[in-house]
Amino acid sequence: MSRLLVPCHVKGAVALQVGDVRTFQGRPGVLVIDVTFPSAEPFELQEITFKNYYTAFLTIRVRQHTSAHTPAKWVTCLRDYCLMSDPHSEDGAQEYVSLFKHQMLCDMARVLELRLILRQPSPLWLSFTVEELQIYQQGPKSPSMTFPKWLSHPGPCEQPALLLEGLPDPSRVSSEVQQMWALTEMIRASHTSTRIGRFDVDGCYDLNLLSYT
Amino acid sequence: MRKAQGSWEKRILKSLNSMCTELSIPLARKRPVGQQKELLNKWNEMGTDEPDLSLFRPVYAPKDFLEVLINLRNPNYENGDSLSFRTHLGLIQVPLKVKDIPELKECFVELGLNTGQLGIDDSTQVPPELFESEHVRIGQKVLAEQDSAAAQQYIRQGSPTALRAELWALILNISSQPEDILYYEQLKTNVIQHDLLVDSLIYKDVKLTASNDDYYFVFEDYLYQVLLCFSRDTSVLAHFAYNSASPPKSYIRGKLGLEEYAVFYPPNGVIPFHGFSMYVAPLCFLYHEPYKLYQTFREMYVRFFFRLHSISSHPSGIVSLCLLFETLLQTYLPQLFYHLREIGAQPLRISFKWMVRAFSGYLATDQLLLLWDRILGYNSLEILAVLAAAVFAFRAVNLMEVTSLASAEAVLADLSTLKVMPLLQIFLFATVT
Repeated sequence: MSRLLVPCHVKGAVALQVGDVRTFQGRPGVLVIDVTFPSAEPFELQEITFKNYYTAFLTIRVRQHTSAHTPAKWVTCLRDYCLMSDPHSEDGAQEYVSLFKHQMLCDMARVLELRLILRQPSPLWLSFTVEELQIYQQGPKSPSMTFPKWLSHPGPCEQPALLLEGLPDPSRVSSEVQQMWALTEMIRASHTSTRIGRFDVDGCYDLNLLSYT
Repeated sequence: MRKAQGSWEKRILKSLNSMCTELSIPLARKRPVGQQKELLNKWNEMGTDEPDLSLFRPVYAPKDFLEVLINLRNPNYENGDSLSFRTHLGLIQVPLKVKDIPELKECFVELGLNTGQLGIDDSTQVPPELFESEHVRIGQKVLAEQDSAAAQQYIRQGSPTALRAELWALILNISSQPEDILYYEQLKTNVIQHDLLVDSLIYKDVKLTASNDDYYFVFEDYLYQVLLCFSRDTSVLAHFAYNSASPPKSYIRGKLGLEEYAVFYPPNGVIPFHGFSMYVAPLCFLYHEPYKLYQTFREMYVRFFFRLHSISSHPSGIVSLCLLFETLLQTYLPQLFYHLREIGAQPLRISFKWMVRAFSGYLATDQLLLLWDRILGYNSLEILAVLAAAVFAFRAVNLMEVTSLASAEAVLADLSTLKVMPLLQIFLFATVT
């Protein structure tokens, strides 16, 4: 299924903390990232991909376009999705993650805005975020070019022109060519897996020093 | 982790390059025809050669590698001075996820007290009808069926000595086709044609380690035949796809910077370190044809042994094994751990060399082969860390009385009398926690 990248604007993460941000000693455990889409029309969300950086749990809220005159509401479409099985250890901390439409709790038909709520309850990590965030929408299902009419609606079968003497029958030739093609494909596919690898260049393997690059 | 691996590799390259320039020996050169003939004649007795290796030194030893691992730090990790609930009291400071004993019990369930084991239930006091004969019969059936998955499950309870060579070949998917024999002969030709600096390192390593070992000195010639061919084998380069390490590069003399003349050095991308030949030595008891010995070693290396000397976060990687060892010791023998730490004898400093060599050269050979049976059966190296902790648990009483690192090393210097399977079983399943 094809997908199309939707250009988005990712706002900087905002930490949620209780108490005065300046005087509070601890590190925030909740971050909120807003994602807006400069092209104003609502689209159907297909996939979200990102690289995790020490976020333990992810919640996604979406604001959808409603046809009526009521203002658009925020709905939770993914709740506490676990990215790190143990928030105190490295497991899953730097993985690439893909989230799909079918994993969401609600319909993602007319998305206006996204809000990612990141949680990392462990005090061991200095910072956490998600990187390389990319949003995809449904790509076009079939190629948009139109076929010329004569391809999709072949005309009535005409009588083939009289064959010149001595030429072989075209249908037999085409079937033989097809068989030969199938044979070459088979031979190409069945090459032996053991390779006698050569490590020298034209028989020469005179080296002085190792290279650092 | 990748950064650390990259800078470690750079250090190795620098060390090798400086050895080249100091000794004025090229990394690689074509052997003159006269020398080629000589080597071909001496192929089966390279051990009798006594080249002058005094100027060569191993590129690195396990303890250098340990220093690199101790200094691994995650920049995003709270490494503050204040003690918190997750302060690492051991040497490894990276918070990887490791299993604890309940999880290990689940993982190694076939080592439990209610399951028969070779290494325990085949001792002379136990009548063979209870376990051993039936186990051998099942082993023969598995071999007759040529079922690799069944062999892997079977070998978790140990392999009878007579069947071991074939079982390992079955599990490692080693065939004895004519093309494999031909491949080995081609590698032999490559050894004869080109002379590499790495060859001298291999000679030195074998002379320093295996030749001095009571069990393995008889196999010296085999070790040269296997290791020299191993360093010419470009098929080993394929394992770098799943190894965090990268093979060193070089350029043909006079063509520096031209990509068409870039090659890997050594051809298999693996620079041997002090003790490397001990990975091959135990296999010499199982296989007598050089090409079979070679194939088994190569397969064991690209599946398991490479993880013991490269930095990665894999659960069987050396960093995780070290952390697993330290965590097990800290959790289940806290008094011993605290005592050793107080006297300046961090346990990992003693057990690291055991784990890097997969206990080769430290255990008696029959015990070592029983241990390597389980590595193949469980497809994981975690058992090495569990055994290291079990050894400490076994000698805990003596260790509690030592007062320095040197005396702790002395208590643990000789492991050749240990029986591996009872130690593992007691540590995992019979210790009161």
